[in-house]
Amino acid sequence: MAPSFQDLPPEEEHYDEDEDIDFSDLREQYEVRLEEGLDAFIVIDGLPVVPEESKSKLIKFLLRKLNTVGKTREDAIFMPLNDQKKSEGFAFVEYETPEQAIAAARALHGVPLDKKHTMLVNKLTDIDRYGREGRVDEEYKPPVIEPFVEKEHLRWWLGDPHARDQFAIYRGDNVGVYLNRKKEAPENIVDRQHWTESFVQWSPQGTYLISVHAQGVQLWAGPNWTRQKRFAHPFVNLVDFSPNENYLVTWSHRPIHVDEGHPVLSMEEDGKNYIIWDVATGKALRSFQTIDLPGPAVDEAGNPVKKKIQWPAFKWSADDKYVARMTQGQSISIYELPRMNLLDKTSIKIDGVMDFEWAPATPQRDGIKNYEQLFCYWTPEIGSNPAKVGLMSIPSKEIVRTRNLFNVSDAKLHWQSQSKYVCVKVDRHSKSKKSLATNLEIFRVKEKGVPVEVVDSIKDTVINFAWEPKGDRFVLITTAEVLANTAVPPKTSVSFFCPEKVKGQAIGNFKHIRTIEKKNSNAIYWSPKGRFVVVATVHSQQSFELDFWDLDYEGEKPESEKDLTANLQLMATADHYGVTDVEWDPTGRYVVTSASIWKHAVENGYHIYDFKGTQLREEHVERLKQIVWRPRPPTLLTKEEQKQIRKNLREYSKIFEEEDQYELDSANFAIVEHRRRILDEWLAWRASVEEELRADRKEEGLPETPKEDAADADADAGEGAFVEEIVEEIIDETEEIVS
Amino acid sequence: MRPILLQGHERSLTQIKFSHDGDLIFSTAKDQVACVWFYANGERLGTYHGHQGALWTVDVDATTTLLATGAADNTARLWDVKSGKCLKTWEFPTAVKRVEFSDDGTQLLAVTEKRMGYLGTIAVFDIKVDVEAEQSDTPRMTITCEESKATVAGWSYLGKYIIAGHEDGSISQYDSKTGEQLLNVLVHESDMQVNDLQWAPDRTYFISASKDKTAKLISARDLQILKTYPTDTPLNSACITPKKDFVILGGGQAAMDVTTTSSRQGKFEARFYHKVFEDEIGRVRGHFGPLNTVAVHPKGQGYASGGEDGYVRVHHFDKPYFDFMYEVEREHARR
Repeated sequence: MAPSFQDLPPEEEHYDEDEDIDFSDLREQYEVRLEEGLDAFIVIDGLPVVPEESKSKLIKFLLRKLNTVGKTREDAIFMPLNDQKKSEGFAFVEYETPEQAIAAARALHGVPLDKKHTMLVNKLTDIDRYGREGRVDEEYKPPVIEPFVEKEHLRWWLGDPHARDQFAIYRGDNVGVYLNRKKEAPENIVDRQHWTESFVQWSPQGTYLISVHAQGVQLWAGPNWTRQKRFAHPFVNLVDFSPNENYLVTWSHRPIHVDEGHPVLSMEEDGKNYIIWDVATGKALRSFQTIDLPGPAVDEAGNPVKKKIQWPAFKWSADDKYVARMTQGQSISIYELPRMNLLDKTSIKIDGVMDFEWAPATPQRDGIKNYEQLFCYWTPEIGSNPAKVGLMSIPSKEIVRTRNLFNVSDAKLHWQSQSKYVCVKVDRHSKSKKSLATNLEIFRVKEKGVPVEVVDSIKDTVINFAWEPKGDRFVLITTAEVLANTAVPPKTSVSFFCPEKVKGQAIGNFKHIRTIEKKNSNAIYWSPKGRFVVVATVHSQQSFELDFWDLDYEGEKPESEKDLTANLQLMATADHYGVTDVEWDPTGRYVVTSASIWKHAVENGYHIYDFKGTQLREEHVERLKQIVWRPRPPTLLTKEEQKQIRKNLREYSKIFEEEDQYELDSANFAIVEHRRRILDEWLAWRASVEEELRADRKEEGLPETPKEDAADADADAGEGAFVEEIVEEIIDETEEIVS
Repeated sequence: MRPILLQGHERSLTQIKFSHDGDLIFSTAKDQVACVWFYANGERLGTYHGHQGALWTVDVDATTTLLATGAADNTARLWDVKSGKCLKTWEFPTAVKRVEFSDDGTQLLAVTEKRMGYLGTIAVFDIKVDVEAEQSDTPRMTITCEESKATVAGWSYLGKYIIAGHEDGSISQYDSKTGEQLLNVLVHESDMQVNDLQWAPDRTYFISASKDKTAKLISARDLQILKTYPTDTPLNSACITPKKDFVILGGGQAAMDVTTTSSRQGKFEARFYHKVFEDEIGRVRGHFGPLNTVAVHPKGQGYASGGEDGYVRVHHFDKPYFDFMYEVEREHARR
């Protein structure tokens, strides 16, 4: 079953071809002009009823409003009077162009004139079209309410008796969803051709599979993979879900062009790039245009600069209540959901703001009763003012903490998954701006007053940083000065950090555990449950190492590290040629590494490792594009129940081992049976062929078995063949002239 | 044992054949000279000079008396194995892509290329297995391939059928007496050329290797596909090992794409599959170009592979090779 959009009007189908060509000049020249005449008229209703004398006053007053969106004149406003020489409360207005009329209908409709009167502005043609006699039923007919249809269970996949995880594979034109079966070939659940046009994505809790088409995006879910929702955003490029799957953001690099009468999109969306949707109703909540990053539009040579877009531009708070967007260098606009109104009707002005990040979980702060959402932002040095990092609480807009920084060239904000810490990685330049160094400014959000700890022992530039999910430790990768135009990327070092051991509940200062030098690693992948981390080299031409580390190794601990809350141990190193992507499954049991054709066409496929770095499976998949694990929603068990399970882990693991063994045995048994059958079939076929061959030979008058074969059989019975080798070696050669 | 590298050819290998006793290896390459080597130590015994174009194919009769070769100079030649003397030259309008003796050596087939207005043909000659004898000038029979040219061909058991592999991925069965086409089956993907066809020891079934990245084991009497061996690279050659139930497949990325990729990506390995269970058992690396031809020792003691890189690698199997058995095979052997 291929996904279809049959209910939607076919948009320009082959947009790929003319995507990069700018047709706007041609379009302007040849565009069909709307019918001159009534299209430029609007009707204003809801005006005050005035006597003839005040009419011109009212018209003058109206003109001021009307000219804000277009051009019209006093004599273009017609306000009919009735027998009592009073106005009727409405007026007709002619604008210079139909576009202005449309703009007026959009902008002025519902604008209050004074306390009693509100303007109702409509296009004359619309009134003609919808309001003409006969178009409106005289009698009220209640809308037909569709009978309730029960939805499929959207979280059915969590009920797998063996708690196996699913992943989606997009290869060639097909998308398939599979069940991970460790060493065995994954079990296919569904496979559809042309399920998506550009990529697939899971929603953050795994409920929906998102397919992306030229006409918009679709959500698929349930055991039958039926279409749940469809969001018509023409030429959509990127999709982002809110953390709790309530809302969806779609973005297209080209502004939406809405024709009148579009079934889903209204004129509201015309010219916009972003749409924010309500997933439950499938309705667009609000749309926005892309804000270009400041910077020149053309480079020195006069060529247009390809603007990088910020993604996600709309960032969601952890509870889905707010979504925020930054106007770089100026402000952050926070919208409240579900109404999508600007919080307190104004953007928050933050001069020079470069970046901001919401806390990924609702932060719990010492001494604060009402937990609010929190975001972290930073501003660079402006004039003599220092650079600043700040934490702001929403909706109170209270600044919780700020910190001044100097000599900052760049900063990156890294939240810990439970919002316990936010680490600001500050790249600092020396006074001469020649060398770079990195400081880590760690804000302890949970503690009273949000103390800041600085780690400034790092000499090199930090190229990657990652917190342990649900933990207190972090890994970073540093590199020496990057030399421009060298083919070989510089060597990197991997450093591990953890808090010191202290008495009581408190968490000690962050201390360096160990640094592994002369690596090529450039990426860090923590297990979603913490403790284990894969440090990998991806997108590289030379090196493909995957190092599997354990931070709570149960073996002996080096004496020098006895005060630390970690015991670091390299468990295994794997090698996946051409690896481009690494992903942990949502339970932290398996790691899948893949080589995608999007990056290179060599040995596309995937490997599955367990958390210890033992390779379970290796599969070559031609034209593999994506392999993505299906996320899981947070557990429904209470803390006590989880504790109980952890306590009885031994007993559970016994059961699991038995299950594994049973599966292995039955699989082996099945294979052996299968092989036995194949071998028997083969031998039977050979027997029949040999029989036939003997008969044929007899017919031809030849002996039953060929002579040579018989001779060979004799030879084989003996000692085998001897090969005599004569080696002639010239030791010396002299030449004598005999006279 | 370490493989023996035969460095005698100056250009890429086209075909390798073992003598019936397995003591000699005959090889042809695009450098116009056929070579004969000792299997045991890789020493070159001699060469056959005379062709004026790239050699495409070689075969030797069961008694190792006569050698046949086919070349791009539009000739097929017959040689005295022992003296290296050219006994006979047959001229054709186009290049000769494949020659093969029937199992008793009394017949020889030659597959000619389709070019310059000539259709591809399979010409059959009667041969007298005697160095002194006068060989016939004209073919006894010529099969013309109207639909798709033959790329490879061979004789089935007792010279009963001629089996040909075609450019369009199909395989035909011809009556070797009349030349009538009995069967034509599309065994490989459409338009994926059959690059090689080699026989099981008793010539009742054969293996075909194709550009479609698979090799197939096919029965000679009804062209039924018995087994399929899928790989991840176009295949140029395949053979069936005697003694052990394996097949050896050789191939690799097309020669024209090779310069842009490293040897790791080129997949220039000889692959061993289990003949019955269709499982891949192992790979042998070594060549740095695609494998154009693989041939197995008639008693299954070793194999030789020839590559686009111009080398022949001769491997002698070690004891573990012979000891390797699937559990079910062992079970069967005990019975």
